[in-house]
Order: sequence, then structure tokens, then C-alpha cells
Amino acid sequence: MSTQTTTQTLTFARAITEGLRAALESDDKAMLMGEDIGRLGGVFRVTDGLQKDFGEARVVDTPLAESGIVGTAIGLALRGYRPVCEIQFDGFVFPAYDQITTQLSKMRYRSRGRLEVPVVIRIPYGGGIGAVEHHSESPEALFAHTAGLRVVSPATPQDAYDMIRAAVASPDPVLFFEPKGRYWSKGEVTLGGPVPDAGTPGVLDTARVARAGEDVTLVAYGPTVATALKAAEALAAEGTSAEVVDLRAISPLDVPTVAESVRRTGRCVVVHEAPSFLGVGAEIAARVSDECFYSLEAPVQRVAGFHAPYPVAKLEHEYLPSVDRVVDAVDRALSF
Amino acid sequence: MKIDATGGSDVAPADVTPLVQLVAPDGSRVVGPDDAALRERVAHLTTDDLRAMYRDMVLTRRFDDEATSLQRQGELALYAQSRGQEAAQVGSARALAGQDYVFPSYREHGVLHVRGVDPVDRLRLYRGEDHGGWDPNEHNVHLYTLVIGSHALHATGYAMGIQRDGLVGTGDAARDAAVVTYFGDGATSQGDVNEALVFAAVNNAPVVFFCQNNQWAISEPTTKQSRVPIYRRGEGFGIPSVRVDGNDVLACYAVTAEALERAHSGGGPTFIEAYTYRMGAHTTSDDPSRYRDLAEEEQWRRRDPVERLEALLRAEGGWDEAWAAELEAEAEAYGERLRDGVRALGAPAAETIFDHVYATDHAQVAAERAWFREYESATAGEEVAR
Repeated sequence: MSTQTTTQTLTFARAITEGLRAALESDDKAMLMGEDIGRLGGVFRVTDGLQKDFGEARVVDTPLAESGIVGTAIGLALRGYRPVCEIQFDGFVFPAYDQITTQLSKMRYRSRGRLEVPVVIRIPYGGGIGAVEHHSESPEALFAHTAGLRVVSPATPQDAYDMIRAAVASPDPVLFFEPKGRYWSKGEVTLGGPVPDAGTPGVLDTARVARAGEDVTLVAYGPTVATALKAAEALAAEGTSAEVVDLRAISPLDVPTVAESVRRTGRCVVVHEAPSFLGVGAEIAARVSDECFYSLEAPVQRVAGFHAPYPVAKLEHEYLPSVDRVVDAVDRALSF
Repeated sequence: MKIDATGGSDVAPADVTPLVQLVAPDGSRVVGPDDAALRERVAHLTTDDLRAMYRDMVLTRRFDDEATSLQRQGELALYAQSRGQEAAQVGSARALAGQDYVFPSYREHGVLHVRGVDPVDRLRLYRGEDHGGWDPNEHNVHLYTLVIGSHALHATGYAMGIQRDGLVGTGDAARDAAVVTYFGDGATSQGDVNEALVFAAVNNAPVVFFCQNNQWAISEPTTKQSRVPIYRRGEGFGIPSVRVDGNDVLACYAVTAEALERAHSGGGPTFIEAYTYRMGAHTTSDDPSRYRDLAEEEQWRRRDPVERLEALLRAEGGWDEAWAAELEAEAEAYGERLRDGVRALGAPAAETIFDHVYATDHAQVAAERAWFREYESATAGEEVAR
């Protein structure tokens, strides 16, 4: 494959398409599986055109059965293939939860490294699109709690492109959470070049500082990175300098990057759509208290979903972390 | 249909379906009107072949008895017996080609014996020393799967991989490959088995679903799983399906050979219900006297698959006392090697807890491993309070 690069302005969704295309071109064992991903191109059109270009054996319209998709992907991976499964919506991953947690995550471990199951599971997740029940959820912590899985979520088109390529190349199973509310956002994407993560640590292991600041650290990932950046903008107008850390990976968690930031700022606010109770923010708070105890000026604040089922669309903006709620949490941290 | 108060149906599946049978319980050959093609599939088997099958079954039963004793002596945490199912396992496994791949459940000791998986390795899982125990790719036998039915999907996916590798219908018997997956009657209620049948059917995947209906899913009889004979579930998915006498090693061999020929040549999946009986308990932790009666056990004891093959050998002049005594001595030595081998298995080093969780570095695993190493070295030599 050419190492030539080109730069284009793409939507987040299209960046993933191009990442999948690059993976299919560079590795003839790579294949895509899912419901409606072939002729239709997926309900979000992320796989648009790929079946036409790579054929029905490599871009597979599967029966409507999530456990079947992941379970057969495991079998294909054991035979040497690299399946990328699309779960149509976050709330529909649960029929496959058993295959993911009891089989996929443990296959390498229980075989003492003799078996490899490089399966990627793409899950459009998160809310804010006015959807019906089961179409707006954020179950990432449930998977991050399971050893053997890598759990990642890009926040920018460039990371979406780089991280999906790295995920397909990874020998470990990867849960790839796509912030569906960001699918239509655009950005410059450099296409081509070598597969990221050829050496570690890479985009599947490390957080990035999305905005530098001095007074408070906002930790976010996936859909809430944009919210945190907007909040930082609003805070700047009030004279508060917020640093934004985009985790990118939830498992593994890049604690050093977060801790380095919080040691400088003394304050930490975690922002995610998933409920706060036992969520990623709880783990961040524990790690920050371990690593930054003497630097903290205030308890770690969390801005997250509530311990209630995802509400009806008419109320989702009351439920989701907003710029105002992030600013409010920062004010609490500053006035502690 | 009348449904009784316990939820069972009044239709007894066993009573309404003919079994494929080539050898009767008394050891005589069965010549049915529609069996010519299946009889042809075992016509080439010589006395030595039959003796080899008998040896497989005897050693499998010895394995069972030894493992059960080892569990009683505290050497194994648990053991799931295959007693009574030797014909289904040995007959089907002997029909496999080397390049075929097996996805077993956790009771397929006879299949693993035929595939050459070391007997000691087969008990590592039950010893609590390993979650697997052997190299799957060395024998083309996947590890035991304990979550009921999950592996039926892995088998189907693996078969879809064989299709993509272009190893179906090549016309070259040394290259065409297929998959056989083993599960029980209880597993047919699992969503994953049903989804596997869907995926296999629509993909025409080269996979054989080999269901050992041993009548009991722990304490629940087959009537709690299905109101139709189990093999008819396969038909519902558009998959050719057959019920075979699971205690007749030749019939099991023949139907599996037929199914594999279909798979190898591009004819797609087959569902086989091997009608058999779990003569032992579900596992060493189970007590069948709480849920099934002795009359039933006695009825099946008269259909013992090992005795049936012995009767066939005797009936056809294939039995030889000197050979039988040699086999008995071999089984004794086999048992001794197994006992010694299992007792010699120690515990893995503690730090292997962290091995192979991921292929590549993972910060949390690395940090916990480092902590554990330091903790262990700081407390080395101290008495451990649990």
C-alpha cells in the first residue's frame, strides 16, 4: 500500500468509511459484517460503497442477530480473518454481550496466547439526535470493566480515521465506540500513510491534550470532547483557562496524561454521557486521588448522565452534559 | 395437544421417530429398507478398524473412570463424564479428516481421544490448572467451551472462513475442509445454537451440528427443551437433519461421514441428533438419584455402546481373547499414566495471572502486575492469611 498521504475535509462518518476502506485494501483478511451494511451502506452510511468495491464475501450483510454476528466473527478470526462488526445502535449490543464478555475477551487468555481473535466491534453510541428508546445509550463502561477488551472512542475525524485503522490492525479485540451525534461534523483528515500503532503507545493507548490550559482540567472522550471544548471557550471569556484532555482510550486508560495535567491545574472535571454512578468518571476520580492527592485544590467533579434510563428525546438535553453544566462544575471546583 | 401441569407435553419424542441404526443392541447388523447408502459407508471397515474403534471406546471409558476417581480423591475440582456416549463421540470423530476442525462442548472426551489430544492435557481444565489445556491448532480441536452453545457460532464462523479460503468443493479430498461442533439437547434451547443454525443455513457453511441428545440437561429431561424431536429443529432452518442411534458406533460413523461429504463438497450444513444416554451424572457434583429413576438407567444400561460393539465383534468373529487381554493391559497402563500425569501437574506461577490478557501492552495490566510482583517479593516467606 502506498505511504502517500492526501488531506481532505471529511465528515466524521466518512473518515471512518475511509479508514475501513484503507484496512480492506491493505489486508485481504479484513472484512466487515453487520446488519444492512452492504447495499444500504449501514443506517448511518458508514460502510457506503464498500460492498460494491470489495464484494459480498468481505462486506457481509448478516442475519439480524447480534450474538450471531459477534459469535461467527470470533470463528472467522480463529480461522485467520479480521472481522469488523457493526452493531447498528448502542442499545442493540446486549444480545452480543455474552459473546463479547465470555468468549471474545477471554479467548487469548484461556488459550495461554495460542489463539488470537482480532475482532473489532463498531458501536454508534450516545445521544443528542432525537432518537427513540435504545438508540442513544453509552454502555462503554460495561465493556471497559471486562479484561481482554480494548475500548476506545474517537472525538475527531482524524482520530476516527487513524483509530479505526489501528483497531483493525490490533491483535486484541477492540470495542470501537463512535459518537453518532458527531457523525456529521467535519474536519481535515490526512489519509494514507502507515497504519498507526505500528509501535506502541499509539492512538489506541494514549490520551491527547485537545486544548491547553492552566486552571482546570476537563477530561472527556467521544461526544463530550466537543462539549468540553465549547465549555473551555465559554470559560476563557470569563477569565478561566481550561485544559481539555481527550482520553481516546477508556481501556487502557492513559492515567499519566490526565495526572500530569491535573497536577498542574489542581482541578479536574470529568464529562461523559454515560451515568456517573460506577462510570469512567469514577475511575478517573480514584486515579486522580491516587496520583494527584497533594496537588488537588478541589474534589474531582463529574458531569454525566443520571442513574435513570436514558430519557425520552424531548428531555434528552436535560439529561446530557451541557456546556452550562460543565461550566457549573468548574465553578464548583474553583470555589471549593 | 394437551399440556400437563408441569409444562411438559404429552408427546414423547422418542416414540415417534425412527433412528438410523446399523447395529442392533444384540450386536447383529440391521438391514433396513432405506439404509443401503449408509451401509455402504461402513462396508470398507475391516475387523481391525472395528477393533480400533472398540479400543477408542474402551480407553475413553477408562479415562472417564480414572478422572472420576481422581475427582473423588481431590485431584480434580470437577469432572463431566462421557460414559454412555462413547459410540456417538468415537464414531463421529473417526469420520473426520485431519483438516477438519472440531468445536467441542466440555464432555467430548472420546472425540479428543480420537483427535490425539493428550489425556493429561484434557484434565488440566478440570484440575483448575488451565482454562484450556492443549494447543487447538495442533489437533484442529478448539478448547472446551463451558457457556452452553456459544461455540456453535464459533464453529459456524470458522466454517465461513473455510469457505472464504476456497477449501470447499475443490474436489480434492485432501483439501476440502469442514467443521463439526458438538453440543447437547439442552444447548438446542440456547439462542446461540439457533443463531448458528440461521447463519450456517443462509451461508451454506460447511459445518456439521452434532447434537448428543443424552436425555438429560442436568436434571431436566429433553421434554423441557422441545416439543418436537430435537433433529426436527434442524429441519426448521432448512438444514438436512437426521436422528441416529447414538449408541451405535457404526451408524454414528456413517451419518457423520455422509454429513461431512455434504459439507466438503459444498452442500452446506447438516444437523445430526445422536440419540444416546448420559449413563453417569452431569458432573461429579451432580446426584441423578434426585431426578431420574433406576428403571430408566437400567433400561439404558442394556443398550451400553461399548458392549454393543463387543457383541458385533463376537458375532462376526472379530473378537479374540488374547487381543482383548492385551487391550485390558493397555487400559491399565493408560490409567496409571493418567493418574501419575495429573498428580504431577502443579499450579502455574502466580504471576501468570497477568499473562496473555492482551497481545500488546495494556497500562492497567502492567501496573497491576508490577504491584503484584512487588507485593509478592515483599511478603515472600511470610505465612499467607486467606
